[in-house]
Amino acid sequence: MLNQIYTKGAGLPLQGSDVAVAWDGLYWFLFWLSVFFFVLVVGGMIYFAIVYRQREGKKAKYIVDNHLLEATWTVIPTVLLLVIFAWGWNVYKRMVQPPSDAMEVRVIGKQWLWNFQYEDGRLETNKLVVPIHKPVKLLMTSEDVLHSFFIPNFRVKSDVVPGMYTTVWFEAKVPGEHQVFCTEYCGTSHSGMLAKIEVLEPAQYELWKANKPYTLSGVRTISSDIFAARRAAGESTQLKSETIPLPEQGKKLVEAKGCTACHSADGSARIGPSYKGIFGHEAELANGEKVTVDENYISESIRKPQAKVVKGFNPVMPPYTKEMISETEMNAIIAYIKSLK
Amino acid sequence: MSHSNTATLSNEIHGDNYLNHSKGLKSWLTTLDHKRIGLMYLATVLFFFLLGGIFALIMRLNLMSYGHPVVDANTYNKLMTFHGAIMVFLVIIPAIPGAIGNFVLPMMCGAKDVAFPRLNLASYYIYLFGALFATAALIGGGVDTGWTFYTPYSIRTSGPVILVLLGAFIAGFASILTGLNFIVTLHKLRAPGQSWSRLPLLCWALYATSIIQVLATPVLAITLVLLMMERVFKIGIFDPALGGDPILFQHFFWFYSHPAVYIMILPAMGVFSEIIPVFSRKPIFGYRAIALASFGIALVAFIVWGHHLFVSGQSELANFIFSLLTMFVAVPTGVKVFSWVGTMYKGSIRFNAPMLYAFGFIELFTIGGLTGVFLATLAIDVHMTDTYFVIAHFHYVMVGGSIMGLVGGMHYWFPKVTGRMYNETIAKWSFGFIIFGFNLTFFPQFIAGSQGMPRRYWSQLPEFDLWNRLSTVGSWFLAVGFVMVAYDMIRSARKGPIAGPNPWEALTLEWQTPSPPPHENFIETPVVTSWPYEYKPSRG
Repeated sequence: MLNQIYTKGAGLPLQGSDVAVAWDGLYWFLFWLSVFFFVLVVGGMIYFAIVYRQREGKKAKYIVDNHLLEATWTVIPTVLLLVIFAWGWNVYKRMVQPPSDAMEVRVIGKQWLWNFQYEDGRLETNKLVVPIHKPVKLLMTSEDVLHSFFIPNFRVKSDVVPGMYTTVWFEAKVPGEHQVFCTEYCGTSHSGMLAKIEVLEPAQYELWKANKPYTLSGVRTISSDIFAARRAAGESTQLKSETIPLPEQGKKLVEAKGCTACHSADGSARIGPSYKGIFGHEAELANGEKVTVDENYISESIRKPQAKVVKGFNPVMPPYTKEMISETEMNAIIAYIKSLK
Repeated sequence: MSHSNTATLSNEIHGDNYLNHSKGLKSWLTTLDHKRIGLMYLATVLFFFLLGGIFALIMRLNLMSYGHPVVDANTYNKLMTFHGAIMVFLVIIPAIPGAIGNFVLPMMCGAKDVAFPRLNLASYYIYLFGALFATAALIGGGVDTGWTFYTPYSIRTSGPVILVLLGAFIAGFASILTGLNFIVTLHKLRAPGQSWSRLPLLCWALYATSIIQVLATPVLAITLVLLMMERVFKIGIFDPALGGDPILFQHFFWFYSHPAVYIMILPAMGVFSEIIPVFSRKPIFGYRAIALASFGIALVAFIVWGHHLFVSGQSELANFIFSLLTMFVAVPTGVKVFSWVGTMYKGSIRFNAPMLYAFGFIELFTIGGLTGVFLATLAIDVHMTDTYFVIAHFHYVMVGGSIMGLVGGMHYWFPKVTGRMYNETIAKWSFGFIIFGFNLTFFPQFIAGSQGMPRRYWSQLPEFDLWNRLSTVGSWFLAVGFVMVAYDMIRSARKGPIAGPNPWEALTLEWQTPSPPPHENFIETPVVTSWPYEYKPSRG
C-alpha cells in the first residue's frame, strides 16, 4: 500500500474519513458546475470570435442590450450560489462539530514542531497516534507565532493561535500514516514543520498505549522515508514521554506553583474560586456578565487574571506568563480542573 | 461623440505634442501634464514588475524539484515577501489607475488635465518615495514576514520590517490622492454634452475604484501604524505575549486588502469594456448593467473581508455571514463577463493584439472567478485555504485580470501615447507565449493545491514534483512573453509606422485628437453629441 496517500494523477487526496467523502461530493459538484460555465463563457467567446470574425460585406449588428437575457444571467447564478452556500455550510458544520464522546488530544505548535499531549500523560513530537474509527478532537494552541494544523486526507484545518485554543476533529477510517502540514507561515523552517498521524487498529493501539512494540499497517506517505531520515539526523526534538496522567500532572503543578494557597479543590471558596465543579458550567462575573468556564476561559484567567473576575472575588491574582507556566503545563492544569467534577 | 474634427486631423505626428512640448529631464520631473505623469507611473511600475518577476522566477526555480533548492530557506522567505509586497503595493494597485488612468481618463472626459495637476504630481512622488523605502528594506537585508505581515510573527522577526511597513504606508497616500483626483475630475471636468450616461465604462470603473481607494486605504495606514508602534514601543495590540489579539490584525489588514483586490481588478474590467466593443464594431452589451456592476462590486468589497479568516479561529457565525455575503461578489462579476461575451455576438471581430488580450482576459478571469466560488464555499475553503489552490486562484485573477488589463491596455493605447504602431506580429507571438506560459505555470497549482500542497514552503514534498516542474517551465514561457512585449514596445516607440489619430476607429474622445496628443490634449474643446459606443452598422 506504499505511495497511496494521494489518488493517482490529478485527483483529490485519499478519503481518510467520512467528512472527506462529504467534502469530495461538494467539490465535484462545484467542479462540474465550473466546467459547465467555463465552456459556456469561453466556448461562447471562441465560437463568436470565429463565426463573427471580420469579413468582406458582413456588418456588425447594432444591439444595445436585452433585459430578459440580463435578468436570466443575474437570477440563475444567484440561485445557484445560494445552493452552493447552503451545501458548504452543511458540510462545514460536520467538519467543526466534534461528537461529544471524542477522545481529546492536546496539540502545541511551536517553531518548528508539533507536540501532542495525551490525557494519560504521554507526549509525542511530530507524531500523533490514534485508534481507527474513533472520533479524535484536537485542542490546539501555540507557544509562539501563528501556525495552522492541516490534514489533507481528512480535509480539515485550523489555525493554531497563541493565547487561545482552537479545535480540529476527525474520525479516521483508513489505517496507516497521514500527512500533517503547517499551513500558516511561521518563519524560517515553516516548510519543515511536518507531522504524521498514525491510525492504528484497536489491538495495535492498545500495544502502543502500553509502551509495547506495535505494527503500523495500511497506507504510507511517500515522504515516509524522508521523515525517518530526519528523525535519525536528530532534526526534531524528541521529548521524554511522561507517564503520569495529565490531571495528576496538573494537580502537582498547582501545588508546586502555589495556586492552592488561594484556590481549593473541594468547593470551598478561599481568596479565589474553587476548582471543583466549574468546568463546563457558567460563572457570573463581577460586571454581571456570564461566561462558560472552558479551556479558553481558564487559560485567560491564568495569563490575564483581571480580564474576567468572578463575582464575589477581588481582582488580586498576579498574571502568570509563559515563562512561569508553559503551554504544556497549562494543558495539564486545565485537565486537572476539568477532572474535578 | 464628437467626430467632426477627426477628418481634419492629419496622419502626421503633430508638430507640437506633449512629448516635445518642453524638453529636458527637468521638464519631465516637474511636469504637471497628466500624460507625462502617467508615463512616469508606467515606467516605475514596469521597473518593479521586472524586479518582482525576477523574484518569482527564482522562487519557481527553487521549487522545481524536491531536494534541489537554489536558495536557502531564509532567502526564499524574503523573496516570497518581496514578490508579494512589490507586486501588490508597487505594481498592481498603482498600475492601471496610475499609468493608464492618468493618461486616458482626462482625455476620455475631454478635459485638459485632471482636476488637481499638482496633487497628481505629488501622488507620483509619494508613490516613488514609498517605493524607495521598500527598496531600502530590500537592500538592508530583506524582510521575511510575507506581504500580509501577520502578527505576532511580524512583530518578533528581525530585519527592517518597519521600512517595508513605511513603504506601504506612504504608497497608500499616493493611491488616495489619485482616487480623489479622479473623482473630482469626473464630476467637474467632463466635456460639454458628456452626461453621466455617456461616460465611457473605463471612467465608471475608475470611479468605483477611486471610491475604494479613498475609503479603504486609510484603514491600512492605521493598521500599519499600529503594527509599527507595537514593534517599536511594545504596545500590546496584536501580540498575545503583550496582551494583544493576533486575529484583530487579520481583520484590520483584510478590511483594506480585500477591497484592494477590487482596486486591482475593476480598472482592468474597465479597460476591456473599452477594447471589446471597439474590436467587435458593436456597442457594448448592457452598458448600464456593467457600470452598475462596478459599483455593486465596490460595495460588496467592503463587507466580505472575513472570508480570509475562515480557519483563523473566527466564530462560526461570522463564517456563516461572510461566506454568504461573498457569494454575492460572483453575481455582478458574472454579469460583466456575460456582457463582454454578449458584445461579441453578431459583431465584426478584428483580431488585433488588444482584442487577443481581451480573449485571454476572459479565459483567465473566468477560471479565476469560478475558483473564487470554491473558496467562498465554507467547507471547501477549510481544505483549500493556504494551499496552492489559493495561489493559483489569485494569480488567475490578478495576473489574468489586472496584468492582462495593463498589457492589453498598453497595446491598445500605444499608438495614442507614442504616435506610432507596435509590431502586430511580435504582439501576437508574445500574447501566445504569455497565455500559454501563464496557464502552464498556474493551472498545475490548482491540482497541487487541491491535493494539499501548502503555500509559502521553501521545500515541497516529492509527491508534488510533477506539478512543480510544469509550473516552473511555464514561468519561463511567461517571462519570454513579457520580454517580447518590452522589446516590441521599446523598438516601436521610435521605429514603428506612424499610427494616425485613430487607428482603431474608436469613438471615445481620446481618439478624436492627434497622436501623440498636444500638450493641452485637444485642439478645440470637444463637444459630445452621442454615446461612446454608437457603432452603427454603417461604420463597418
